[in-house]
Amino acid sequence: MGEFLASLVRGLGLGGLYALLGVSFVIIYRATGVINFATPALMVLGAFFAGLLGVASGLPFVVSVILAMVIMAAIGMIIERITLRPMVGRPAFSAAIVTVGLFIVLLIVAGRLIGSELLTVNDPWGLSTINLLDARIFQVDIARFVIALVAIGIVGIFLTRSRAGLAMRATAIDQEVSLAQGINVGRMFGLSWGIAAAMAALAGALLTAGGSGIETTIALVALKALPVIILGGLDSIKGSVIAGMIIGIAESLTRSYQPLYAPWLGFNFDIIVPYIIMIIVLMVRPYGLFGTKEVVRV
Amino acid sequence: MSSITSDSRKTTRSRSQLFTTYASEMAIFNTRVKKFWIFFGVLGVLVIPFLVQRDMVALITTVFIYAIGGIGLNLLTGFAGQVSLGHAFFLGIGAYTGAVLGGESRGNVIGLGWDMAIWLPLAGLVPAVIALTIAPLAARVRGLYLAILTLGLVFIGEHIFKEATPITGGAGVGRAPAEPVLFGFNLFANQEIFGVKLDRFSVYYFGVFVIFVVMALAARNLTRSRFGRSFAAVRDRDIAAEVMGISLLKMKSLAFAVSAFYAGIAGALLSVVIGRISPETWNIFLSIDFLAVIFIGGLASITGTIFGAIFVVMLPKLVNTLTGYLPIESGVGQGALLNVFEIQSIIFGLLIIVFVILEPRGLYGLWIRLRNYFKAWPFSF
Repeated sequence: MGEFLASLVRGLGLGGLYALLGVSFVIIYRATGVINFATPALMVLGAFFAGLLGVASGLPFVVSVILAMVIMAAIGMIIERITLRPMVGRPAFSAAIVTVGLFIVLLIVAGRLIGSELLTVNDPWGLSTINLLDARIFQVDIARFVIALVAIGIVGIFLTRSRAGLAMRATAIDQEVSLAQGINVGRMFGLSWGIAAAMAALAGALLTAGGSGIETTIALVALKALPVIILGGLDSIKGSVIAGMIIGIAESLTRSYQPLYAPWLGFNFDIIVPYIIMIIVLMVRPYGLFGTKEVVRV
Repeated sequence: MSSITSDSRKTTRSRSQLFTTYASEMAIFNTRVKKFWIFFGVLGVLVIPFLVQRDMVALITTVFIYAIGGIGLNLLTGFAGQVSLGHAFFLGIGAYTGAVLGGESRGNVIGLGWDMAIWLPLAGLVPAVIALTIAPLAARVRGLYLAILTLGLVFIGEHIFKEATPITGGAGVGRAPAEPVLFGFNLFANQEIFGVKLDRFSVYYFGVFVIFVVMALAARNLTRSRFGRSFAAVRDRDIAAEVMGISLLKMKSLAFAVSAFYAGIAGALLSVVIGRISPETWNIFLSIDFLAVIFIGGLASITGTIFGAIFVVMLPKLVNTLTGYLPIESGVGQGALLNVFEIQSIIFGLLIIVFVILEPRGLYGLWIRLRNYFKAWPFSF
């Protein structure tokens, strides 16, 4: 029971990260119709800035993470303006390929910035645990879960309550009509990239909290958020939260129990669990749990 | 009428766009310029091994192999419009099929040691069959959903490759590739052909070149056929294509299978050049390499794919050569701004971005522009 509870909470923490990254993907997808394959690299860069500000400049964790999010939002907007704005009106897959190129470039830049020394974020949780029903639960997992939900909640409120959020949703529905209503569509694209990059930065900081170092290999964790958005539906924020939790818990439970009950599946089988879930989902529901079914016209 | 046919050679010589027979219009190399370039291209390829160093010969062999794999991806992405990030998976399947059927068994690794005439076709067919089983799923999803699905394939494939120790040698260990012995003739050993002594890299170079030419011509003909036009219809407007009576499932499955066939052959040939294959080779970055080949080279163009392969494979060499002149460091140094590997990757990424934004037709598009400039000269604009 204790082990089950522990891996459940670990799954929720992981799910929180996936949900954040999923929201990052979804916001850009809704605004521009592009899947941003550069998100993992944005996450690594965000973690780097959080670590740099936190450790090198000695700022408190909260301040350094918020500053890192602001920096990444600015970087995201600049990237959108330079590389993605010219792609408006071109096929979505071309724009997606541009983000693949961005992924490589940003990952190299991040790797160069991080260098060879071990860099961590100075989070207050570290490896400390609390005991609950004889289970050792890492505080950082609870923190990941709570902070992710709060951040997504704030984005949700922003989208539903604010003027800019309304404009963003209108842009997501129909760009030309939004233009006719006086919305600056280009600015909405930039805004969505800013929010998405900030979300990725937060995810990066939370991922590297809990004692692990900041490396470029954590980008592979962010790629696992792609199955999340497939499961939840490419255009649904609610979907990515629920799917994030499902996949996070599934992965965590696999990590705990697969070596015991199905060792023939091999080491580190949990890493590919999200992709297997994704393939099964695509067989049953090609548009995910909450995705809008695409209406296609000739 | 007979005078027209007998004069047709003369006529084409005087006016390149004027065709007097259907056969001459439909020929693959239907203009004099194309024939000229093909002739000198083949001549160049035949002469090169005698002029350059051995490592360069191996590198050009890699160009041919990347071109084969790139043509496969271009058939799927460029012609049929299905974006795939899973090309590395099919290359890996091909490489291991070849290694199991044509390699030696050593330790606990399986190897049957069959002839290349058997393992090479099977190295293409096995990935093609696997692609066919995935295709019904792939045909259900459109556009970027497919890109993510195929991305998943790469990760699942990498896991399977790492775990299937009897086939792949296991993570971090790897295994020896297939032996390229065709009907008893070893394509990767020093040989004497018609009195000319060739080292093993040159022998393999010529072997791969022949395979490359056959596969490139086959692909070019496929794109000119009924299937090629169906691919284009599916790419341009899939619903309209379906209305016209093209079965989307059939065409997407076919594109997938053919693409996987090319990838498998390329993977098997590539593993021979690499010499020892480890499961980590077939990862997402290899897929991105092949995307770079077709996006830098030119979408929906066989010639462009070859340009792209030349570019992508030669870039590291070029960067290495320039290392002496730029503030970059060979090896993994911390003193310089960037090391060679990082420079390559960054140039890759930037070029993908620049080409997609500025010249979606890639290097082939640049060639077309150049050609049209001189065609219209002195009235170019």
